[in-house]
Amino acid sequence: MQKLRLILPGLFAVCLIAVLSPGAAFAAPETPPADASAAKASDKAPADKAADGDKASEAASDKKLMRVYYLGKKYDEPLPLSYAEEVITDKGIQGARLMLKEANQAGNFVGHAFELDEGIVPKDGDVVAQAKEALASGHRIFLADLEPDDLLAVADLPEAKDAIIMNIRSSATKLRQEECRANVFHIIPDYAMRADALAQYLIWKKWPKWYVLRRDTPEDQDYAAQVKRSAARYGGKVVEDQIYRLPPGARNLDSGHQQVQQQIPLETESAPAHDVVWVINSDDDFGDYLMYRTYSPRPVVGTQGLQATAWDKSYTESGGMHFQNAIPRLADRKPVERDYTAWLGFRALADAAMKSGKVDAKGVKKYMLSDDFKLEAFKGQALSFRDWDHQMRQPIILGGGTRVPVSTSPQEGFLHQTNLTDTLGFDKPESKCKFK
Amino acid sequence: MILCKGMSMTRNSLAMACAAALVFFAAPAWAATIFVSNEKDNTVTVIDSETLEPIKTIETARRPRGIVLSPDNKELFVAAGDGDIIDVVDTAKLEVVRTLESGPDPELMAVDSKGDVIYIANEDDSLVTVMDIASGEVLGEVPVGVEPEGMIVSPDDRYTAATSESTSMAHIIDNETIKLVGNILVDSRPREAKFTKDMKELWVSSEIGGTVSIVDTSDWDNPRNWNVVKKITFEVPGLRPEQLQPVGMDFDEDHGRIFVPLGPANRVAVIDAKTKEVIDYVLVGQRPWHGEFGPDYKKYYVANGLTNDVTVIDVESLKAEKSVPVGRLPWGVAIMPGKPGE
Repeated sequence: MQKLRLILPGLFAVCLIAVLSPGAAFAAPETPPADASAAKASDKAPADKAADGDKASEAASDKKLMRVYYLGKKYDEPLPLSYAEEVITDKGIQGARLMLKEANQAGNFVGHAFELDEGIVPKDGDVVAQAKEALASGHRIFLADLEPDDLLAVADLPEAKDAIIMNIRSSATKLRQEECRANVFHIIPDYAMRADALAQYLIWKKWPKWYVLRRDTPEDQDYAAQVKRSAARYGGKVVEDQIYRLPPGARNLDSGHQQVQQQIPLETESAPAHDVVWVINSDDDFGDYLMYRTYSPRPVVGTQGLQATAWDKSYTESGGMHFQNAIPRLADRKPVERDYTAWLGFRALADAAMKSGKVDAKGVKKYMLSDDFKLEAFKGQALSFRDWDHQMRQPIILGGGTRVPVSTSPQEGFLHQTNLTDTLGFDKPESKCKFK
Repeated sequence: MILCKGMSMTRNSLAMACAAALVFFAAPAWAATIFVSNEKDNTVTVIDSETLEPIKTIETARRPRGIVLSPDNKELFVAAGDGDIIDVVDTAKLEVVRTLESGPDPELMAVDSKGDVIYIANEDDSLVTVMDIASGEVLGEVPVGVEPEGMIVSPDDRYTAATSESTSMAHIIDNETIKLVGNILVDSRPREAKFTKDMKELWVSSEIGGTVSIVDTSDWDNPRNWNVVKKITFEVPGLRPEQLQPVGMDFDEDHGRIFVPLGPANRVAVIDAKTKEVIDYVLVGQRPWHGEFGPDYKKYYVANGLTNDVTVIDVESLKAEKSVPVGRLPWGVAIMPGKPGE
């Protein structure tokens, strides 16, 4: 477990200027105007430089401090089927680290500071004990890189009652429905949002007949149920819901393609007429085999092929290049969805803190659920939270398995009385969430 | 008043420029040359304002967006974000004659009234680069918030305002010391900042917040005391609030109005500078971000990113008159009086 303490970019610290903004309740520090010279031409990334330590900590003490705790567990994750995909072991945390830097960069101008503690337990570790320890040391604001059972165990701790727990990892719909919690906010889209995002596009394309081919893990069952819900919602049809039979195997095999080339047409030949294959394979052990190999020449969507995702490594719109460039500088690899959701969860907290002047869980939560909360995050419109289940409403990128993004949902023509993005996922009338 | 639209001129230089300009461009009047940057095509389209026909398409480095003329209109600066460079176009020859090493990912720029110094937003590095135009020498770099974009030099050249899109702030730089002297929190994703001519206000558009913030700058010597005093919001029947995204802002000093292209709303809002109320919304092409007035303030030209054209708005009647096809994903507009080489 690594403890990462606040790094104060010194060059900013010395540029600390009191700022008074109307509406914002925070008190600006009465620091005299900049006493250091402007950055030299050679200082390419001033925010990275921790300069004068004394000065930095001095400045920090005047500031409103928000402490964020990254709580995670090293679950076994399947290797990507494609050898072209990097095996990444630090998904998520790198996004949080980036936001720590950016939040302090912004906070320095307006008298706020942010701290990130990291508590990532090994795969056999006790994440609840870790959470208790963090809660005991006063932490109330969490980025949760956790699977549903662990997430709920942490959320249900009595001492976590007034906490804010940002779910950056799990798409499980039950967390937004029957098992919703008042102290949990969902940054990552759930399977219902993903299915709706793809469904809208397929309906727009006039490709309404979907052949679902999947494994049967709990994640896959959840996603498949949401595809059926989307079909009913938008006039699509699941013509077949088939479990893929062949067991997973090693991903690299000599002359392995020959068998796959024989097997996939056989597996897919009996499907009724369909427009697309909707593959649901969370473990990523066969989905990528489908493209160019199915019995009928059909596009592949779902967990492989065209995917509905919060982030795509080739997405560049609405300022997205910033994130594409910033993660590699920090992590030496391209960003993945969980980096974005961790960054976004932290960003929601930091934005709420700076705009409201509050750094405690209660104040931040109140602001995040207010109409004033409008978060910018490279999606071309403001993001906010649904008050009925705490899911972040957001446009969803259609890309992932494609070399360039294909589209962004909601699609044109799918209407909603208040928010177009509420056409994705569980809308208020169908929510089963009851906060206690 | 003909040529006095340069917001960043001191009173004296303004008067001189106007006088000089009047001598040269007096009689036929209002002929102007319109430059439009095409983000997708890597070109700048040059249009004759009288015929509204393209005169030339200038090849630039990759992803040209911000586009601004030197005060003497002899040079056009084009920020090419993917090329990591600023192309300098000779407005008589209509070709790129030199480049400025802007640093990575330049997006928008501002030039001081003397035409000596250019202030460049380096979006990717959270920096404002201050550069001597003649020599290309970097005079300084100022760290600002994340994703700086909008840049403007105050009419007296004393300050430069830079917006940072991710940090949601307008940063005020003292141009003499090249240091930050103020930071003003505004709504989400600020895109442009503009000082009023009387230097009593700084206007900042917030694209995602959907507002234009007006900062009271009457305590001119103390930017740390500058505060947002009013926020203008937009409302169009039938459109959703999230579609109303103010981006560019152009001041029509003659009529006391501000024109604000509203992106996905496909409209340009017209605001009364005094009452700060929206007077009208003019329907244009799709996703207008930036526009510019003709030298005589009779027409407003706005680039529509998604329909690949420029809409000409008649300022008097507030009617969209004509659409002029340009390159793909048109972004910025700059207009110089007269024809190239005149």
